[in-house]
Amino acid sequence: MASVVPVKDKKLLEVKLGELPSWILMRDFSPSGIFGAFQRGYYRYYNKYINVKKGSISGITMVLACYVLFSYSFSYKHLNTPAGRSWAISEGNSQEGVV
Amino acid sequence: MNEDLFTPFTTPTVLGLPAAILVILFPPLLVPTSKHFINNRLITTQQWLIRLTLKQMMITHNTKGRTWSLMLTSLIIFIASTNLLGLFPYSFTPTTQLSMNLAMAIPLWASTVAMGLRFKAKISLAHLLPQGTPTPLIPMLIIIETISLFIQPLALAVRLTANITAGHLLMHLIGSATLTMLTINLPLTLITLTILTLLTILEIAVALIQAYVFTLLVSLYLHDNS
Repeated sequence: MASVVPVKDKKLLEVKLGELPSWILMRDFSPSGIFGAFQRGYYRYYNKYINVKKGSISGITMVLACYVLFSYSFSYKHLNTPAGRSWAISEGNSQEGVV
Repeated sequence: MNEDLFTPFTTPTVLGLPAAILVILFPPLLVPTSKHFINNRLITTQQWLIRLTLKQMMITHNTKGRTWSLMLTSLIIFIASTNLLGLFPYSFTPTTQLSMNLAMAIPLWASTVAMGLRFKAKISLAHLLPQGTPTPLIPMLIIIETISLFIQPLALAVRLTANITAGHLLMHLIGSATLTMLTINLPLTLITLTILTLLTILEIAVALIQAYVFTLLVSLYLHDNS
């Protein structure tokens, strides 16, 4: 599908579905490119929620909630799969013991 | 059950790589820097707190000791923020690892001693003997003071590790106890729940206090040697 603007310069929501693979391949995946992406994301969040005249506590609490979810995903294997849990194997322990 | 208790203290790994580095690098994201005079609310409160602690800490030092202000301020902010973040569920606290605390304590203590020996060699060696000791006791006392000098970094590291680890462990145990007792004996559960809330408040205090104590002792060693 021909487009007027080059695919590389479009934002994600403007890219048509057929052009998506070529869009992904044309992104900058070098270390400085990835760092630039993190920096852009950080400043996007910062300028929207924290760097405002009347920033509320939700600016930080959203970050902390994401941190908790992130840590949970790290320890999911230990907590929920039978291989990670040691107390699930022992008998006579019918109650949840994990905090 | 025993193995389950200590799993929160294992370093997180992703496909075998230590992800502890990511966890250690997370607190600085919460403390933004700014070059403006008037900032947003977050930065204003943080800067106010930092100025308060800085003034409190560095007022006893002379000019040479005050060159350490940046080091000590960042130390207290790092330890306090890491300890407080460790109180969230499922999070990993790097200060529970003895390796990290030793890595913090030994270089700081060694640099205070080196500074003392470099600039005021006679006076810092004289610190090994308290004033007014009877003459026969002198050799023994010097040995004792040397031992106490070398124990300082170990004590710094172990104090921080033990306090934070013990607090986390206690919360885990009491929390699991309340959960198990929920169906057995309800009034006892409520008592245990109150104990848990009190313990959480204590833990918040301990997190801050440990940071303070660590930094204070380092600054004390600095004061002796600057």
